[in-house]
Amino acid sequence: MRLVPFLICVTLTVGLVVALDKPLGKAPALGKFLSPQTGFWQNAEPFDAIPGEELSFPSLKGNAEVFFDERLVPHVFADNEEDLYFVQGYLHARYRLFQIDLQTRAAAGRASELAGTKAINFDKEQRRLGMVFAAENALREIEKDPLSRSIFDAYTAGVNAYIDQLTEAQLPIEYKLMQATPERWSNLRTALLLKMMAKMLSSGTENDLSNTNAKSIFLPEQLKRLYPQVPDSLLPIVPSGTVFAKPAVVPVAPASADSLYFSHRDTIEVHSHYQPDPDNGSNNWVVAGSKTKSGAPILANDPHLELSLPSIWYEMQLTTPTSNVYGVSLPGSPMVIIGFNDSIAWGVTNSQRDVKDYYEIKFKDDSRKEYWYNGKWEPTRLRIEEIRVKDSATVYDTVAYTIFGPVMFDGQFSNGYSKKMNLAIRWTAHDPSNEGMTFYKLNRARNYAEYEEAIRTFQSPGQNFVFASKSGDIAIWQQGRFPARWPGQGLYVMPGWDSSYSWQGYIPQLENPHSLNPERGFLQSANQRATDSTYPYFIPGAYISARGIRIEKQLAAMNQITPEDMMALHQDYFNTSAEDLRPVLIKNLRAQDLTSSEKNYLDQFSSWNLLASPNSVGQTIFQCFWDSLQSALYKDELTKTDPLATWPTEQTSLELLLKDSALVFADDVRTPNIETLPDIVTLAFKRACAVLDSKAAEQKIEWSKYMSPSVYHLLKDALPAFARKGLNVGGYGNIVNAIKHSHGPSWRMIVHLTETTEAWGVYPGGQSGNPGSRFYDDYVSVWEKGAYHPLWLMRREEKNDARIKGVIQFKKS
Amino acid sequence: MKFTIALLLTFVTGLGLGTLGLLPWWGFVVASALVGATVQQTATKTFAAGFLGMFMAWGGLAWWIDWQNQSLLSQKIALVFPLGGSAAALLFITGLLGGLLSGMAALCGHYARARVSHK
Repeated sequence: MRLVPFLICVTLTVGLVVALDKPLGKAPALGKFLSPQTGFWQNAEPFDAIPGEELSFPSLKGNAEVFFDERLVPHVFADNEEDLYFVQGYLHARYRLFQIDLQTRAAAGRASELAGTKAINFDKEQRRLGMVFAAENALREIEKDPLSRSIFDAYTAGVNAYIDQLTEAQLPIEYKLMQATPERWSNLRTALLLKMMAKMLSSGTENDLSNTNAKSIFLPEQLKRLYPQVPDSLLPIVPSGTVFAKPAVVPVAPASADSLYFSHRDTIEVHSHYQPDPDNGSNNWVVAGSKTKSGAPILANDPHLELSLPSIWYEMQLTTPTSNVYGVSLPGSPMVIIGFNDSIAWGVTNSQRDVKDYYEIKFKDDSRKEYWYNGKWEPTRLRIEEIRVKDSATVYDTVAYTIFGPVMFDGQFSNGYSKKMNLAIRWTAHDPSNEGMTFYKLNRARNYAEYEEAIRTFQSPGQNFVFASKSGDIAIWQQGRFPARWPGQGLYVMPGWDSSYSWQGYIPQLENPHSLNPERGFLQSANQRATDSTYPYFIPGAYISARGIRIEKQLAAMNQITPEDMMALHQDYFNTSAEDLRPVLIKNLRAQDLTSSEKNYLDQFSSWNLLASPNSVGQTIFQCFWDSLQSALYKDELTKTDPLATWPTEQTSLELLLKDSALVFADDVRTPNIETLPDIVTLAFKRACAVLDSKAAEQKIEWSKYMSPSVYHLLKDALPAFARKGLNVGGYGNIVNAIKHSHGPSWRMIVHLTETTEAWGVYPGGQSGNPGSRFYDDYVSVWEKGAYHPLWLMRREEKNDARIKGVIQFKKS
Repeated sequence: MKFTIALLLTFVTGLGLGTLGLLPWWGFVVASALVGATVQQTATKTFAAGFLGMFMAWGGLAWWIDWQNQSLLSQKIALVFPLGGSAAALLFITGLLGGLLSGMAALCGHYARARVSHK
């Protein structure tokens, strides 16, 4: 009698459980996710929680204590170095597990395991770029040296100590949303993380493919004007006038260079889809005691990278009985990357040097087993790549390796273009090296000599290491392993069948651009070319000039400098490019052809204070106008090839306009008329006004509304709720305060090397990667205001200080 | 009285099983069914006791977590799921889900017992 209701009930209950236990499309299984005992509620941390616990691990050698201050910055005190890096690994995992797991999977071309079919092409490109190959080569180098091996092993053990004790309820929320689980750590993954940085900073600083297309469009004389090596307005990193030694290596151009290379006018029909942001760059500078109020040097650094939540940086202090350092670390890698210790401070910017070349490969047949090289068929090494895909079948790809490196593009992978091109890459990031040890030594360096010794072995990605010491030295080295090129080598795709086109050697480390204690009392780098034209090597790259010009002019004019002055320079909104351009643009604008609303924009532009501040309308008008003009100048020529030829840099266009009023590129080659510069400038302005009108209608004409500065979660648009959008800041890529839509100063640091070091820093994020923690994004508002946190190099005796809110004790078990 | 006992038993076993963490997230369903079978009441009361017991267990626990968290996370999750950022809606849905499953399970128990006793 009751059987029917019973069966109905059971069916409904079981049906409901089954339904709630299954993912709904992209959404996670609701039952598990909403359960307050296993699901997302478990990630909601008590608002004021700061850890206080005792942990024990068998792999520790001694004890360690971690003191968390009110900003959740850990001050780690360990008995010995291995325990120090064990604890660093543990903390990185505890606060940034999803981040390091995602980033290293992506670096290895394994994003499809989490993201499904939409990431397959990304993964293929990563594998074909040889990211895993590069990491394996680095790993061999890391594990060769017993000291470095012990550090990396300890770090890995620390990450895994955290992962191994995680319960399902404690999984970071992203895993719950994506129904994934973390993967254990390994030294290879640390190497992958460092190669991710190498890609971010030294892949894409070459333009070989698009330059080759430009070569098919323009005459040699035009190429020189559109793509000059040394901008007229350059203020280099090594002060102009520095005398360079005679080069120890003099590479020789191949006999066939003219016919086979420079005048060869083929086009390249491939391009890489997942290029790093061209504005990945940075500022750093240092002023000597002679220019400061205190008489002590001041060092400043702000690396410009993609802004994300969690941030790429994690702030910490690492102390043992023999070392004591504070700064930001890269989760996924041991050591402090940018920071200071009791004796010195250092910072980095990107060198922007071209360290990646493309070689055209002739395969014997479609099997890609052999390629033509120096008059005979050479065997390739075929590497089979297995790409596992979430909710779909595994994809296989075979990558051929040549003497140069992996063949990135071939018939199997042409990125949507029909023309089959076999292009191998030669990239310094593939070469064996151990960059981690540079940071190990920098963390402990006490003076200039030890700094120099620390950076000497750093190979990739090339960085400008700025330095200051308490003893009063200031210095900068552009350090990396850079090929010694004959003039023009590697600007375009080179023949891959002739060894005379290979790299003939490297610039000796001692000949890398550097400067120590220059008379003028300051040094600066902001991604510009490191040297003026007297440097004896050919050093192409993706240089950015404007910020260096502004910083140098400001520093040269300053005296009695205080840390507050340096903070103000970090926040500088002055648009130096616009200062140069505005008179030329206005001169060439035919005001009589403008409507009254266009004239109104022109008036605002003319009276603009040249600051890219958040509420500026002038900056919006300038940027729209300038973008529109550059497009009008070149688009007709550059669209002759697909993909496009290289865009001239902003600095080049600016200089062309300043010195050449009868600019030949002004003519639109697609029209029968010969357009003059005023024609094009006026047309570009009218087009810009149309954009401005539509922005004004949306209330987005103020600069910060126009560019909408935002810090996205690592999963970007998939999780807008975890982002901080529409921040009230200005700036741009060519402005010292280099904030763009979701890119910019990812860490601002100022170190004053007085007897007791004073330091300040801030990054737009928070120490915790958990969106359910108040430490997830608590620094964003501080960064937005242009404020800083005082950085506290804590002494162990200060453990009862009011700033210490929690302690984790690590004990050997 | 029976109603309160059933409600409390559901509440305690539901929370307890989840805290132990030995069973999957739906482990409380088994406990609720047993309570429904053991404590004999009308079908309506059985369902209501099962529902309220788990509604309070899940809703209450989530509320406690949310209160300590000052709704930092729930407001974000209530945007991931289109609830307009309402933490309250998310709390209600959490309780409702636990309650509904538990109430249904209790009814299963109730009818299973009824079936046996009528034989």
